[in-house]
Amino acid sequence: MSTELAKAVVDGVLTGGVYALMAAGLTLIFGVMEIINIAQGILVVLGAYLSYVLQTHLGLDPFLGLFITVPVMFFVGVGIEWGFVRRLKQQNRTALSILVTFAVAIVIEGILTQFFSGDLRSLHAWYVDRSLHLLGFYLPYIYLLGFALAVAGLAALQVFLYRTRTGYSIRASMQNRAGAQLVGIDINRVSAITFGIGAAVTAAGGMVFGATTTFNPNSGYDLISRLLVIVVLGGLGSIGGALIAAVVALVIEDVTAVLWSPVWASTMFFAVLIVVLIVRPNGLFGRQAARAQ
Amino acid sequence: MATAGALSLSLALTACSSSTKSTGTKSGPIKIGISLSLTGDFSADGKAFQQGYQLWANAINASGGLLGRQVTLDIVNDASSPVQVATNYQKLISVDHADLTFGPFSTLLTKAASQVVARYGYAFVEGAGGGPSVFTSGLHNVYDVSLPVANNLVSSAKWLAAMPAATRPKTAAYATEDDPFTAPQLDAARAVLEAAGVKTVYNKVYPPETTDYGPIAAGMISAKADVVLVGTLLPDVTAFIKQFVQQKYNPKAFIATAGPDQGAQFIKNVGANHTQGIMVPNEWYPTVTTPGNAELIAAYLKAYGGTAQDVSSDVPEGYAVGEVTAQAVKAIGSLDQTKLNAELHSGTFTSVQGPVQFDATGQNIKAFAYAFQWQNGALVPYQPDAGQLLVPAPPATTAILYPKPVW
Repeated sequence: MSTELAKAVVDGVLTGGVYALMAAGLTLIFGVMEIINIAQGILVVLGAYLSYVLQTHLGLDPFLGLFITVPVMFFVGVGIEWGFVRRLKQQNRTALSILVTFAVAIVIEGILTQFFSGDLRSLHAWYVDRSLHLLGFYLPYIYLLGFALAVAGLAALQVFLYRTRTGYSIRASMQNRAGAQLVGIDINRVSAITFGIGAAVTAAGGMVFGATTTFNPNSGYDLISRLLVIVVLGGLGSIGGALIAAVVALVIEDVTAVLWSPVWASTMFFAVLIVVLIVRPNGLFGRQAARAQ
Repeated sequence: MATAGALSLSLALTACSSSTKSTGTKSGPIKIGISLSLTGDFSADGKAFQQGYQLWANAINASGGLLGRQVTLDIVNDASSPVQVATNYQKLISVDHADLTFGPFSTLLTKAASQVVARYGYAFVEGAGGGPSVFTSGLHNVYDVSLPVANNLVSSAKWLAAMPAATRPKTAAYATEDDPFTAPQLDAARAVLEAAGVKTVYNKVYPPETTDYGPIAAGMISAKADVVLVGTLLPDVTAFIKQFVQQKYNPKAFIATAGPDQGAQFIKNVGANHTQGIMVPNEWYPTVTTPGNAELIAAYLKAYGGTAQDVSSDVPEGYAVGEVTAQAVKAIGSLDQTKLNAELHSGTFTSVQGPVQFDATGQNIKAFAYAFQWQNGALVPYQPDAGQLLVPAPPATTAILYPKPVW
């Protein structure tokens, strides 16, 4: 049992990294723009499909394909922000964003279904089937690489936010949108870049998602509920919080599944979430904490 | 709203005043009332079922009809809704005056429809309502021509149990989605294996919304079971296989309720090199040598094109409903529903899916599942012999692979 438990913890940490990669964009977009992007789940799936297309038609390795899919997803994000999100009035912006991004998700799902049908697909590469034998554990390379990609990606995002001029603008907008505007920051430009980055990150998350599980155009719905829970636990707007929350969520679920039953895994996680929110209503690294970073 | 209310009232009044032993008119075509899911979640299966029903109607009409009368299918769409399917059968019987009724697709809709059809005393022959809940409703007019869902894995389980002691598995691991299609199959298989002394070392049920199958796979791997039986569809069986490959876990047998039966999709998701030896049950296959099956396949290809491998297993299920009903009607020489129910309860019948005989609850006790095993990129059928061991089913000739080759 102890080996099984240790394995559950390791699996939870590695899988949590993958979910953090998918949730990072969601929390960043909320932090800057105060909109809840329900389309984040379908954007992850779109990222998986882009990797799938590059792999099946060009024979491109999914990790190498990120050099194409990340920029493509960035511009998809910029397009969504310009086409739909920017049009929202300031009043009730957050509530309206749920409806608008949900509509965007349905449109993308429809397009994907038209092109790819509802068939389940998955990405293949040598590292998907093989694992590293270490200390008695078989650690799948795809999860190790996915976790490494998550840590590197989130670290790069932190560096971008804290060491670049655009990053300063984004953080200023997170702290005080009106104030940032007053000091000359182009809020529309910052919002477009933020949404673009949020979508670009999902290209990486989507690639790992597509390599670790099967997906079809409907897969976004299962994802978005879990991603929302992760960013709420981590604290809306906190990228580091998303990583920690994702790891905590997956470890709790995996350990519960091993010790008790998979049926109670999600219940146990939500119980922990409720306790955390009672103690810290803004999540582990909630908005105030995130802005103080 | 007023129109809908008036229609409901009209239906209710008609229902109250109609005979519970409708026998239809004595001349003209025989009208068969059917509700099918032509849209919604079950639309793919519903349309395949429609093909099966239509092919049977074409065949019987070409051979002179039923009781000398042509048959016509009165098919209405239930949009995969349990509410709509009940309304449809009420209308088919009380307004359209159907002479016979055939079942819809799925256990969910069959259960909802059977209550309504029972009220009118009609025999309700169906091919896709094999879930246990259909047979525990206390109705005596529902007849499922197909294999009861719970028995899908029984042939495979009995094969493992019947092996000589030296090769028989000592331990088994079970994991199933919490689903009325998969869970009863695992329960039935586990009962067979435990009775044969095969120890259960892992047994978990997981919710349908599960996306992280890692802990469940890890549990089965840690249990080091000789054989693994999983209650899955394509996404979860793919996840389990990937995890087993990554963890280099090689059970002697890997048997799934569904997923490996998805042909090309299954190969694409798990990789052709990881399919060898994996097993899945099914009641029918295109080249099975049952009476009428070759004619069904020929008629299908003529009507819809494609290849024999493209024929959905829903098609013979629908076709078999027509075959069994026709045999019962011919045996009694009328459309009297009381006599028809009696004949269905007592008679034995043949179908493209194999022999049919109903028990008191309407389950087909003659049906058995073929076990299919992936070998060199193709699904090879096996059937139980007298000693319950699996032997090649025609046209297959190769012996079953046990233990399963390593990944």
